[in-house]
Amino acid sequence: MSNQPHIADDHVDGFGRSSSLEDARETHAGGIVLPGEPTHAAADTDAIYEHGVDIKARSHWAYARKRFLRHRLAMGSLIVLIVILLCGVFADRIAPYSYDQLDLTNIASPPTTEGHHYFGTDLLGRDYFSRVLFGIRTSARVAFIVAILAVIIGTAIGAVAGYFKGWPDNLLMRFTDLVLTLPGLAVLLVAARFLGGGSQYRVAIILSLLFWTGLARLVRGTFLSLREKEFVEAAKASGSGDFRIMVRHMLPNSLGPIIVSATLLVAAAILVESALSYLGFGIAPPTPALGQLISEGQQNMLTMWWLVTFPGLTITLMVLCINFIGDGLRDALDPTQRRIRA
Amino acid sequence: MLTYILRRFLYSIPVLVAASFLIFAFTVTTADPLSELKQVRNVNQNAIALITKEKHLDKPVIVRYGYWVRDAVTDKFGTTIFGDRPIWDDLKRVIPNTLQLLLAAEIFSVLFAIIIGVYSAIRQYSVFDYLATSFSFLGLAVPVFWLALILQVVVTNIFLKWDIRIFYTAQLSSVDPGHGFHFFVDRVQHLVLPVTTLVVVNVAGYSRYMRASMLEVINSDYVRTARAKGLTERRTIMKHAFRNALIPLTTLVALDLGLLFGGAIITETIFALDGMGLYFIHALDDGDPYPLMAWLMITAVMIVIGNLIADIAYGFLDPRIRYE
Repeated sequence: MSNQPHIADDHVDGFGRSSSLEDARETHAGGIVLPGEPTHAAADTDAIYEHGVDIKARSHWAYARKRFLRHRLAMGSLIVLIVILLCGVFADRIAPYSYDQLDLTNIASPPTTEGHHYFGTDLLGRDYFSRVLFGIRTSARVAFIVAILAVIIGTAIGAVAGYFKGWPDNLLMRFTDLVLTLPGLAVLLVAARFLGGGSQYRVAIILSLLFWTGLARLVRGTFLSLREKEFVEAAKASGSGDFRIMVRHMLPNSLGPIIVSATLLVAAAILVESALSYLGFGIAPPTPALGQLISEGQQNMLTMWWLVTFPGLTITLMVLCINFIGDGLRDALDPTQRRIRA
Repeated sequence: MLTYILRRFLYSIPVLVAASFLIFAFTVTTADPLSELKQVRNVNQNAIALITKEKHLDKPVIVRYGYWVRDAVTDKFGTTIFGDRPIWDDLKRVIPNTLQLLLAAEIFSVLFAIIIGVYSAIRQYSVFDYLATSFSFLGLAVPVFWLALILQVVVTNIFLKWDIRIFYTAQLSSVDPGHGFHFFVDRVQHLVLPVTTLVVVNVAGYSRYMRASMLEVINSDYVRTARAKGLTERRTIMKHAFRNALIPLTTLVALDLGLLFGGAIITETIFALDGMGLYFIHALDDGDPYPLMAWLMITAVMIVIGNLIADIAYGFLDPRIRYE
């Protein structure tokens, strides 16, 4: 189905009139073109026959890409997010100051273009614009590591449970239930307190140890249904091993939901990491993280509102963009949607 | 149904035991709660030895777990390592405070979520719907602690500038809260900001949920039948659609009810509310495993019960669901 040829004609709204007989019958059943009837649609068809058809093969992914590119909100968010992330990655070149540099002539200055203190400075004269840029770098790095690790762990556990069923499924899913029974934030705080947070990589690993559960359930569900499909049976009949079937045949067919939830995991990781850092159990100074900037600014927030406002706005904007992108991806990757969004 | 509930309940016991052992072993083996005390120079070594002996800190993990289970069952979670305070006395104090905060937040969240969700489903793609959608996306993206801080800044600045005391930004009561009606007003003034914080975040999630289920019901066949019979729009929506659309939200709320006992860790910390969440943070700062274990166990048991209530409610409200 996914590799069927379709005419590259966007005006028919992705209905994809194709030259294959099967699709012609579909069109008929839809009551759009009745053969032999002198409708203008039939005239259209004649014109196409005279002209000759352009047939372009489009895979499911090509459709998804096209749908995503037309999703205005998601595309806008993607651009904003990329700008933010680039600011974080190149923080040491863009930022007017380093994150711990003191500008003693401008202490506790409100946001101003003077001396490039766009987000103001704190009582020590540290430039908050620069600190936020470096904070973006830390928070984004942690969030992406969490998402990658959680996807690997969750997919592996879900795939094994869904593919083998029986006792491995029971064992792994009971373990997943156990993790889900516990109040998440509390367990993360306990883990960070006793293992010692501080380093960004350690915080990332601690977070990913709890973030995989949703994905494991999701992958298990899709694998349970996929293993009954004919193409898996065919692969088995042709002698493929379990691992090959899982990785080469079933995994590509469950990538859509995995990508969507991985995207949403990044957003969740940013929020939870900032909460951990805010409470003082996450990333420790001097490494700046957005949540930690807020907790440092909190002492003077009544007189210096900018210390709290800008890091928080940055977190909100990043999470908002990622959620919109996730939404766009969900719409784009949904295989039941043939229509390309205008 | 009854056997299903019983089986679920019995089945959750080994899960809880396993979880409690894992967390106990983790907290006990990764850190020595007395390490800070041992670094103080002029502390009595006998005192340390006494605490070690009394709390069995020198025994292997499995033995200590056994002692903990005994204390938890027979002595209401026993006492803390530092100061030997009975844990249950503290819990008895903080649980009602947490419940006040979170029940209020939950009631208002559900109320607003239903109104917003239903109205934006009926008027899909209207201006109201777009506003509600934007609000809930914002509510899901905003960090809770930041929202709380911003509320504090705004309210405090109003107080400082115009000398108007609308709400308090910390604690549960004033030093002298008065009695009767005055006490009530004082308590409300203290609770408004934390409740608002929680409501914004909750409503963002709940209202999307409510809108989705309402949309699904409105577009179903039986609602079309109700309209075709000639029922008024109001009757169709309220009597036929609304009641069924409530089912998913009910189960979601039941699931969250379990979490209530854990308190709102972040919100309570920021507003210095003497509830379960703040108790947890204090225990965490001390690094004392015993109050932490008590907190985690109460919360986990409540989550299990909440899940069970959600299942039962679902089976009760939706006759298509059958448990065997």
